[in-house]
Formats: sequence, structure tokens, C-alpha cells
Amino acid sequence: MPVTGTGRTSRIIRWIDYRLPFVATLEHELNEYPTPRNLNYWWNFGSLAGIILVIMIVSGIVLAMHYTPESTMAFDSVERIMRDVNYGWLLRYIHMNGASMFFLIVYIHIFRGLYYGSYKYPRELLWMLGVVILLLMMATAFMGYVLPWGQMSYWGATVITNLFSAVPIFGQKIVTLLWGGFTVSNPTLNRFFSLHYLLPFVIVAVVGLHLIALHQHGSNNPLGIDHRGPQDSIPFHPYYTIKDMFGLMVFLLVFAIFVFFEPNLLGDPQNYIPANPLQTPPDIVPEWYFLPYYAILRSMTFNVLGIPSKLIGVTLMFSSLLLLFVLPWLDTSRVRSATFRPIYKKIFWLLVIDVLTLGYVGAHPPAGTIVVVGQVATFYYFFHFLILIPLIGKIERPRPLPTSIGTAVLPAAAGAAGDE
Amino acid sequence: MPTLRHALIGAALVVLAAGSSGARAQEAPTPPRQQWSFEGFLGTYDQAALQRGFQVYKEVCSACHALKHVAYRDLAEIGYTDDQIKGFAAQFQVTDGPNDQGQMYQRPAKPSDMFVPPFPNDQAARAANNGALPPDMSLLAKARDGGSDYVYAIATGFKDAPADFKLNPNMYYNEYFAGHQIAMPPPLTADGQVTYADGTKATIPQMAHDVTTFLAWAAEPNLDERHRMGAKVVLFLLVAIGVFYAAKRRIWARIH
Repeated sequence: MPVTGTGRTSRIIRWIDYRLPFVATLEHELNEYPTPRNLNYWWNFGSLAGIILVIMIVSGIVLAMHYTPESTMAFDSVERIMRDVNYGWLLRYIHMNGASMFFLIVYIHIFRGLYYGSYKYPRELLWMLGVVILLLMMATAFMGYVLPWGQMSYWGATVITNLFSAVPIFGQKIVTLLWGGFTVSNPTLNRFFSLHYLLPFVIVAVVGLHLIALHQHGSNNPLGIDHRGPQDSIPFHPYYTIKDMFGLMVFLLVFAIFVFFEPNLLGDPQNYIPANPLQTPPDIVPEWYFLPYYAILRSMTFNVLGIPSKLIGVTLMFSSLLLLFVLPWLDTSRVRSATFRPIYKKIFWLLVIDVLTLGYVGAHPPAGTIVVVGQVATFYYFFHFLILIPLIGKIERPRPLPTSIGTAVLPAAAGAAGDE
Repeated sequence: MPTLRHALIGAALVVLAAGSSGARAQEAPTPPRQQWSFEGFLGTYDQAALQRGFQVYKEVCSACHALKHVAYRDLAEIGYTDDQIKGFAAQFQVTDGPNDQGQMYQRPAKPSDMFVPPFPNDQAARAANNGALPPDMSLLAKARDGGSDYVYAIATGFKDAPADFKLNPNMYYNEYFAGHQIAMPPPLTADGQVTYADGTKATIPQMAHDVTTFLAWAAEPNLDERHRMGAKVVLFLLVAIGVFYAAKRRIWARIH
């Protein structure tokens, strides 16, 4: 509703809105924005992801004021932050654990989208922008992990940048370009710092697009059916603002427990040893949020038709993510929510188990049964998206959908009670 | 199927926790768990143990191991007075300069200086230790799997090598060191090696426990403050959760 008052504030707001519809837009997108009335707590993770992004940017900007991106000083400058900068330890532990929290939230957000079919018509671009955000986050997190210049920073950077050497013909050139030299060294650290500072703002821009796309058709919901009328939706504010605030407090509690009581649990002790190019650590393990991809990368232990295993492994790893871009077209079912899809619901949980298995495999040295388990789990990951998803859409008989959200969830109506 | 879902969330958290830290191939046995005053939600460093541990570091470890991220002034946090710190720092010489004549010169260390390392550089350290480099100890308690338990286990893990074990020259057998061959001679050799200022009996386990406490502090000097602040933050958030939950219930009651 437009601002109609006659007071001074209202007149100022009208003056601004006539030229730049700032307040009107906020009003439109928050107060009037109709939101399905049946969103469950899995829908909290979108706003949580936005908030943790802000926390990461703010803590990161302050850390950058004290950090030195130079290979002989980076490690010591981080220790100086930990010891001598006022609340530097707090800032760094927030930023370090914030990265893990960001991925945890985003992974839950993605699996929520998979379960409730949020990627389907008409939200394909919304979903694809989300995949872009994930890719940007991964690049940002990887480069951020290099900055403290510990052993795992250095060797992680070496292993991951070396992946690009698998690219035919241009491989070595690409790697040299990434390194800014002939090994991971000071120029590498400099460019990673620069990009680590840049990419979060690119993420902010893509998040903006993600939100515009979201507000075009509104949120999906646990029933996966469209709004049919006013009985189906409620204003975002105050109903979802208060629900998001409650969820935020619960999340902050989990976050605080990591930051204040187990700040190093998710990190690798090796990264408290300064980078040493002459000494390879016994095991090079990425951060937990990269473990499933790492398992896929290492699953190729043999060449196929003369194509080197490394190239196939790298291709598989990138495909595991790029696959998500085409998911809306791989899925042949028009029913969104798994609530009404008996077979899809089962394979969804199998996919969750599969990804957790890949994570477990990625954390362990590739030997013995771990290798076989990793190969089976990698195969199943692709089998899920490329075979099961298109096939099940064709053969599955979905349960009947409710006629509207209102009839399904309001007390007066009898019927399926959604998934709450 | 809420139970399956909860089980999966539980499994996810376990994988999360085990993922990067617990999964390393172990050549050596896992160090046994010890009791530390600084463990747990409200754990704090035991001041007396810190001072005893500092004494062990000073009299034993510091012959070979540097502590380059710790400054003398930091000793105020473990209960030493400014005069004690000045006196202790002044025993060491640091190179400063150049002066007005353009010359570098030696002067006694000040509280603002970092702990003076026992060797001027890594090469000198190796030359004095049969080619082995004694690691800097500032972050040792955070830089190894097992943390403080590991440091304690190494300090007390020296044994005679089993008969069939081939020990290289100038190496020592340590139960908890990867590969069991360690270049460091047993640092704590006899009860009473250090005479504690507070009269505590300096047994080997006591000295190992104290010096590990000191090294845990050196690696994480802000732990006490972190735990205190964490307790307040958690209490605040628990209250906030209650308030926001009540508010949410009330607001949603309008449309239920």
C-alpha cells in the first residue's frame, strides 16, 4: 500500500518514492509480498544463508585490515590477529567457522529444493542462479582457505590448482596462470587474496538476482502446488520475519557453540604449521564441505579408452555440480513435492545417504574398500540424476494433489496435512 | 518419516565432526585422553600449572624449541609481575638497530620482544641437533591431531625400542610418534629435574602435564576469555530463542 499520511515523514517518503521507489519497493517486497502460509522450518535456510553471507563479508573486511597477503608474513599476520588484535581471535573464529556454517546452511537449502521440487517450472532460473552462487562460494572458500598459508593451505592449493593441468593442450598454461609462476608461491597468494575479496561481492549481486527471480513467482511450498487465491498466502511480514528471527537465534546458538567452544573442530591441525614447500603432509584432506567432490575426483583409478584417469576424475567432479544446471529438464515429473511422489521420496533419501557416503570416503585415504565404496557411490550419484530422475518421473504414479494450499492446511478442511 | 530424517541429520553431524579431523591414517596409537583444566564449556587454565609449565619450558624445552609467537609481556597473563617479566626478558640479547651510526647492536630483551629463539635460524638449529629441526612450540598444542593429549603422550612416550625394531643412529624410540623414531632425546628424564617454585613434587607425569598446559596456553592464550564470553553469548541466545519463539507463537495465533 502506498504511503498516504500527511505528516512530514510521509511527505519526505513520497518525495523520494516518486523519484526512487525505495520505501515502496520494501513495502511491496516485504509487507505485501504474498508467501505461502504452509512453509515449514526448512524454508528458514534461505534467509539464514543471506545473513551468514553478511556476517562473512563484515568479519572478512575487518580481518583484511589486519592481514598481510605476503607468503613470508601471512601466517604470522594471522597469528598476530589471533593474539594481539582486539577480539581478533573472535573475528577469525567467526570467519573460519562461518564458512562451514555457510556451506551447512546452503547444503540444507539445496536439499530442501531437491525434496520439494523447488527447481521445477517456473523456478528454473532461480535454481540455476543458486547453482551459480554455490560455485562462487566454493571458489571463494577455497581461496580463503589458502590465505593463512599453513601446510594444508599450501598443499590444498597445490592439489586443487594442479587439477587444471588435466585439461588437454592448455592444462599447463592454465596452471601457470593460476599460480602466477611455476609453483604455488607469493604471486598465487596475492591473486587469491584479491579474488577472495572480490568474489563475495559477486555473490551478493547473484543473490540479488536470485531474490528477484524468487519474488517473480514467490516461494515454492511443502505441497509444491501454486497459490490459487488469498486463502493460500499470508504477508511475509510479520509472519515470516518473526519465524526467520526465531530460526536465526537457533542457528546463532549452534554457530556460537562452534566459535566459542570448539573453534578448531572443523579445521585441520596441520594448518597451524606454516606452509613448507619441501614437506608434503601425510594426508592432504580438504575442508569437510568439499569432501564429497574430493571423493568423486579420486574415484577414477583407471584410464578409460586411453583417456587419463585424472582428466576423467576432474571432469566427473565438475560434472557433479554442472549437472545441477540441467536438473529442471532431467526431471520428467511435473509434481514438485516429494510428499506426493512415493518413489522419488525414497531415492531422495538414498541420494542423501550417497552424498554422506561420498563425504566419508573423501575424508579417508584411498585404500582398500574405501576405493570401491567411493566408486560405487560416485556411480550412484550420476545414476540418480541421469537415469533415476528422468525414469521415475515417467513410471511413478503421484498421489492426488490437494486443490489448494488453503484447503490442505486450514483447520476447516480435511485432507492431506502437508509435510509439517 | 521423522525418525529416518532425524537419524540422517544425526549422521550428517557425525560425518561433519569426523570429516577433517578424526580420519587420518594412524601409524602411531591414539594418544590416551588426559584430564585438562581447560577442557569443557567452562574450562580455564590452571594458573599454578601454567607457571610450573613455564618453568619446565624455560629450564628444559627452551634449550632447543623456540616460542616465536609469544612475547615476554604475555607472561603477565599467567600471573607474573611486570618486574619479574622485565628481569626474565633481560637475560636474553636481541639484535636491534641500526643506530645513529648505522650499526646493528645487541641489547637486553624487553617485555615487548618476542621470546628469543635458542638458535638464530633453522640451519643453526639443524646443525646443533644432528640435522633435525626442533619445531617452534607456539602452536604445537593446536598443530597436531590429539592436541594437548598428543604433546603429553610424546613427552612421556619414550621407551626402549622392541628387540626387532631397527632404530637409526641418533634416534630415540617413542611410542606415540609416527614411525616411532624421533630425533628428540627424552626431555624429561628424572623426577626432580626441575625444582618447582611452589614446592610441587616434580615427577615426570607432573612436569609433562604442566608443560603441556603451558603450551596449550601458548597456542591459545585467549581460551579463558573465549569460554567466559561464550557462556554469556549462549545464555543470551537461549533467552532470545525463548522470547522469539513466544513472539512467533503469538503472531501466528492470529491466523491459525
